[in-house]
Amino acid sequence: MPKTPSPSIFRPASGVDQSMLAEHKALLQEIDRRKVLRGAVSLGALTMLTGCNVTRTDSVQSVLKLISQFNDKVQELLFRPNHLAPTFSESQVVKPPRFNAYYDIEDMVPLDAAKWKLELAGKIKDKRSWTAQQIYALPEQEWIVRHICVEGWDYIGQWSGVNLREFLERIGADLTAKYVSFKCADDYYGSIDMATALHPQTILATRYAKEPITDPFGFPLRLRTATKLGFKNPKWITEIEVTNQYRGGYWEDRGFNWFSGI
Amino acid sequence: MHWTNALAMILLIGSGWEIYNDEVIFGWLHFPHWMTIGGGAEGALQWHFAAMWLLMINGLCYLAYGIATGRFRRKLLPVSPRELIATIRDTLRFKLGHDDITHYNPVQKLLYIGVILIIIVQVLSGLAVWKPVQFSELATLFGSFQGSRLVHFIGMALIVGFLVVHVALALIVPKTIGAMLTGGPEVEDDDRHSRE
Repeated sequence: MPKTPSPSIFRPASGVDQSMLAEHKALLQEIDRRKVLRGAVSLGALTMLTGCNVTRTDSVQSVLKLISQFNDKVQELLFRPNHLAPTFSESQVVKPPRFNAYYDIEDMVPLDAAKWKLELAGKIKDKRSWTAQQIYALPEQEWIVRHICVEGWDYIGQWSGVNLREFLERIGADLTAKYVSFKCADDYYGSIDMATALHPQTILATRYAKEPITDPFGFPLRLRTATKLGFKNPKWITEIEVTNQYRGGYWEDRGFNWFSGI
Repeated sequence: MHWTNALAMILLIGSGWEIYNDEVIFGWLHFPHWMTIGGGAEGALQWHFAAMWLLMINGLCYLAYGIATGRFRRKLLPVSPRELIATIRDTLRFKLGHDDITHYNPVQKLLYIGVILIIIVQVLSGLAVWKPVQFSELATLFGSFQGSRLVHFIGMALIVGFLVVHVALALIVPKTIGAMLTGGPEVEDDDRHSRE
């Protein structure tokens, strides 16, 4: 019966030249199975070795960085401004929360609330600084949401504090600016997109499980947003800036994705 | 398409192991650093979220092509239970023929259908791990956040298991490697003449 080529668009219209296969048929049948396996293993090892070098090449790094920036844009599009993160009941709250910083908990330096001040900068009308007393007197809201770390662990936390959108409106911030950027007492820094800053579940947290936040978790003031990974929530905040300039962040400048939405 | 997928898979598995090492699911299981891709978690995450596009775009093209041309229907369906048992019996008696590499036996059909489905679930569980809030409806399907991570891990283990068998068998039947490089022998369109 006549043989017709399969409808693959990758197959040459004239069909595949079988002579090459026929020529090498003897050779193919001669191939020692063990030799093939051995060869495959060394070939695999070789690609692994070259992989090590490829990883360090600058051009590969810059391509990966470009894709990471492209992924920032994709995440911006995926972000649903009014979609709430799942919330949980008080009985599911983990006490105390889990510590995370770029150093160990023993090296954490507690802040003196009496001396602490929140400075404001950038596209904000009222740049007067805030004391802890003033911040703690603001109307608070509470969210019981999941904290997810980029490493893969998570816990349910109960956070309360002033809603960030309300606070930005109160100080006359330009809500059309691109970024809200944070500086911290421990030299940590970070920035988030304005859409996330205006999300209903983004707050400047002052309390955990109804009690003032304890020292290791950012006393007196930290960010808590339900739509980003843990490292996007700066603790011990000392300055908030509203800006159109990209400010990056501590981990972001070390290769982690900037948007890091969840 | 096959080799683009192979590259994406190797990058995703290698970088996934590095990401896994940062917070292991099983205390006894850490992947040796020399087996992983990315150098550290930040590099591995960059590789993982770059290769994910390669897998998804290539995979969508593959599925669209397989469905539109009828390739899946022709090559992978139907899987007859009787033939399946016969194939397993022949295999155990070392009598399984590979004379016609353009046709998959029922075991091959099942494995290929299975791995395609596993990869689809793997993409879904991956999206649930990446965006448990934006895709919270999807994440609910897998239970908790850790549930999605576990499903994503099991999917990886099944794909790695498939790869070990798949590569070993392809090496044992060297004819198939020639076919993979040249596009394969011509095939008959009509299924009625296809089997002995």
